[in-house]
Amino acid sequence: MTTDLEKNLPTGLSRRSFVQSAAAAAGLVLGFHLPGNPMRRAEAFAGAAPANKGESRLNTWLRIATDGTITIYVARSEMGQGIYTAMPMLVAEELEADWTKIRVEPSPSDAEFNYSGRPMEITGGSSSINSNWEILQRIGATARHMMIAAAAKQWGVTPDSCRAEQGAVVHASSGRKASYGELATLAAALPADAVNAKELKLKTPAEYKIVGKPTKRLDTPAKVSGKPLFGIDVVVPDMRYAAVRHSPVFGGECSNFDALAKALPEGTTLVKVAGAVIAVADGWWKAKTVVEGLDVKWTQGTTAGLSSAAIEKKLRAATAGKANPTATTKGEALKELSKAKKKLEVEYSTPFLAHTAMEPMNCTAHVKPDGGIELWVGTQSHTLTKLVASMATKVPQEQIVVHTTYLGGGFGRRAENDVVLQAIEASKAVGKPVKLIWSRQEDVQHDFYRPASVVKMRGGLDAEGRPVAFTASIASPSILQRWTIFGGVGKGGIDFTTIEGLADIKYECPHQLVQAAIVDLGVPVGFWRSVGSSHNAFYLESFIDELAHAAKQDPYKFRRGLLEKSHPRFVKVLDTVAKMSGWETPAPAGRARGIAIAESFGTIVAEVAEVSVSASGQPTVHKVWVAVDCGRYVNPDTVIAQMEGGVVYGLSAALRGKITLSNGRVEQTNFHDYTMLAPHEMPEITVEIVESGANPGGVGEPGTPPIAPAVANALFAATGKRIRSLPFSNHKLPGGKAT
Amino acid sequence: MSSQTLKVNGKEVSVEVDPSTPLLWVLREKLGLLGTRFGCGQGLCGACTVHINGTAVRSCLTPVVAATNNEVTTIEGLSPDNSHPVQKAWIEADAPQCGYCQSGQIMACAAVLKAKPQATEADVKEAMTNLCRCGTYGRIQKAVKIAIKLNNEGKV
Repeated sequence: MTTDLEKNLPTGLSRRSFVQSAAAAAGLVLGFHLPGNPMRRAEAFAGAAPANKGESRLNTWLRIATDGTITIYVARSEMGQGIYTAMPMLVAEELEADWTKIRVEPSPSDAEFNYSGRPMEITGGSSSINSNWEILQRIGATARHMMIAAAAKQWGVTPDSCRAEQGAVVHASSGRKASYGELATLAAALPADAVNAKELKLKTPAEYKIVGKPTKRLDTPAKVSGKPLFGIDVVVPDMRYAAVRHSPVFGGECSNFDALAKALPEGTTLVKVAGAVIAVADGWWKAKTVVEGLDVKWTQGTTAGLSSAAIEKKLRAATAGKANPTATTKGEALKELSKAKKKLEVEYSTPFLAHTAMEPMNCTAHVKPDGGIELWVGTQSHTLTKLVASMATKVPQEQIVVHTTYLGGGFGRRAENDVVLQAIEASKAVGKPVKLIWSRQEDVQHDFYRPASVVKMRGGLDAEGRPVAFTASIASPSILQRWTIFGGVGKGGIDFTTIEGLADIKYECPHQLVQAAIVDLGVPVGFWRSVGSSHNAFYLESFIDELAHAAKQDPYKFRRGLLEKSHPRFVKVLDTVAKMSGWETPAPAGRARGIAIAESFGTIVAEVAEVSVSASGQPTVHKVWVAVDCGRYVNPDTVIAQMEGGVVYGLSAALRGKITLSNGRVEQTNFHDYTMLAPHEMPEITVEIVESGANPGGVGEPGTPPIAPAVANALFAATGKRIRSLPFSNHKLPGGKAT
Repeated sequence: MSSQTLKVNGKEVSVEVDPSTPLLWVLREKLGLLGTRFGCGQGLCGACTVHINGTAVRSCLTPVVAATNNEVTTIEGLSPDNSHPVQKAWIEADAPQCGYCQSGQIMACAAVLKAKPQATEADVKEAMTNLCRCGTYGRIQKAVKIAIKLNNEGKV
């Protein structure tokens, strides 16, 4: 019997964190390294020399062990979207690797590993595959050339006479064959210029053997075994645990810290940080109990007195601003609107939303005696985490190490580093490593929320029922005001995240005017799965549906007619979803269908939702059909999974998702009042990939935007009630009559 | 603080802890069994599901004293090598996305099959109320179907 954590640790879990143990294990194998870093420099693509002269720096994206195990470092974060499988698939494809030998590790936080060659590598914007496709191919192709060069040298033959297949090099004319494992040592000793970037011939899609085929995720076995994987699972020797309590009103500060700090239970420490206090103890439960039991006095805060009703009023007022910055203007929308045969003027709105990733926010930080900082965190950007930590502490980036763990969901929340800075402060205060974990209440009440917004939309139809003019005026807090790293708010005063999916409409309409106003409300806002498209698809696709009904046309055919001239990919996606859902045949008795289409992150997704409404007005979403054109794709099984997940995320928000404020405080606290879709509410989702061969788009986010309007349009079809604000639970639906 | 003796995954352990501490935190921080996960702290999501005497419980709401002298099974105790039929089924269906809730999902499903080896899909569906933010419910249903099949074939 033992009481010691260390002795009780399950076999295989190192004293140090699993991240470190994984790195140590890799160190035991003979490393095979790529020369230089030909992939991340622009000249490599132009066919220049693969490495700087005299450069002995090794690239460690890829290691091949003598037993043939291939370890691929991935510099993007795995948060469920499947890139720890899809990105290695691209590498393995060009490497002609045996897929069963592939292992994945998060890359170290050195800029060396950045694919872009820029200082920042961010897992966001559904970009991991589409922005790195060729780079990943080149990583694999370079290694393949190295393997062939090593074999050719060993056999005294020309590289041209050898080929790579299934993790081995073959010399066809002599029948000789050597596995990558056997060649690893020799390849590692090759000179850095053994491979010329000019000679790298990348496969065409027709030659792919792995890419494009349904492939099981590499991380599934670990995820069903209960292995420590996530930030919250990190164990560091001599570690302490911390819990945070924020000012309930945004911007408030603890005003009685000294008195509180004097009266703490033994063995606990209180730390004051911006907008919060943190208790540090020998266990998380104790830290949480202590911090929640404190009689903390807070200063007033910036959102004091603010309520959701006032927020809506402010946003609504801002939509009326005639001089609001213009995002799109085409023709003479206002003039043509006044002349239109039929006019429609409506207001839509959506609330703040929290991310509520399943793994509560957490970070383990160790501020060391020498001033260096070590961090273990599920971050969407290890490079940004390092930069932010450096800026806040003045510790140079070279003295900061970030260990990226698996993320128990990200959705944009883990692009933020608030928890990281808090953990650093806590570690600094106690002089030991500290694992800071937020309670779910803190997570719900102190998020960077999807911005609330209100939009006023007007549309005019001509005598044939075709749109002649369209205007939209949206008001919303700005995400980019804070994200200057992404360029901040544009020169014209437009935050592009506010208008994405609204200002570039694909429907034929000669006169358009889209304006956007920034309304600062003091409520923190941030990126949320599909960002601006999460509300704009609801606005636009509901409005188009309204126009279709005003024109007395079928909503699918109305859309199709406005897209067919210039947007064949959209038409194909629409046609596909219409066919899948049996749009042209009546819905089963008691049910009704709605359709929506949206492009986001380079991917076009159309969805049809089939709903019913109970006699008491309760909506049920029974089925969802998804047609997706994401261009070229890597793992179709992941594309399907991400569409399913995107639908569920959007549906959770559409049905009941809202963050409301009262007296400056968020009213919701946990999963009972900020709910997500429950298993019994899960609709049957069918996904079909529309093959276009176009450049790859993203898949993590684009499934989300169309679901809210598809369901809203279906509810209209079912009940005749048009829902113009989310969530649906705010509205009393008439009992179902779509029989 | 007091000494609490527990039987976890067939092994007897004792820990010095406040008896009101939820079992979840004892498993994670005292015993290093990190596969049982914290999601909400209010028994709402099921990420912390473990078995006590074969029954699924939410360990975030279970004080450690309620578990003493009982058999506690965590995901780590289900099998050392993913060979439990429910784990096998989850792998075959490739159910997880982020994976954070899946220990709890698997433990919830395993408890049903243990209590009622001839359980139907409807039985399991009725019993499983675990939340998943990634929306893997469809894959989980597929996995449940496979798990029932494997269980019936006696491939334990």
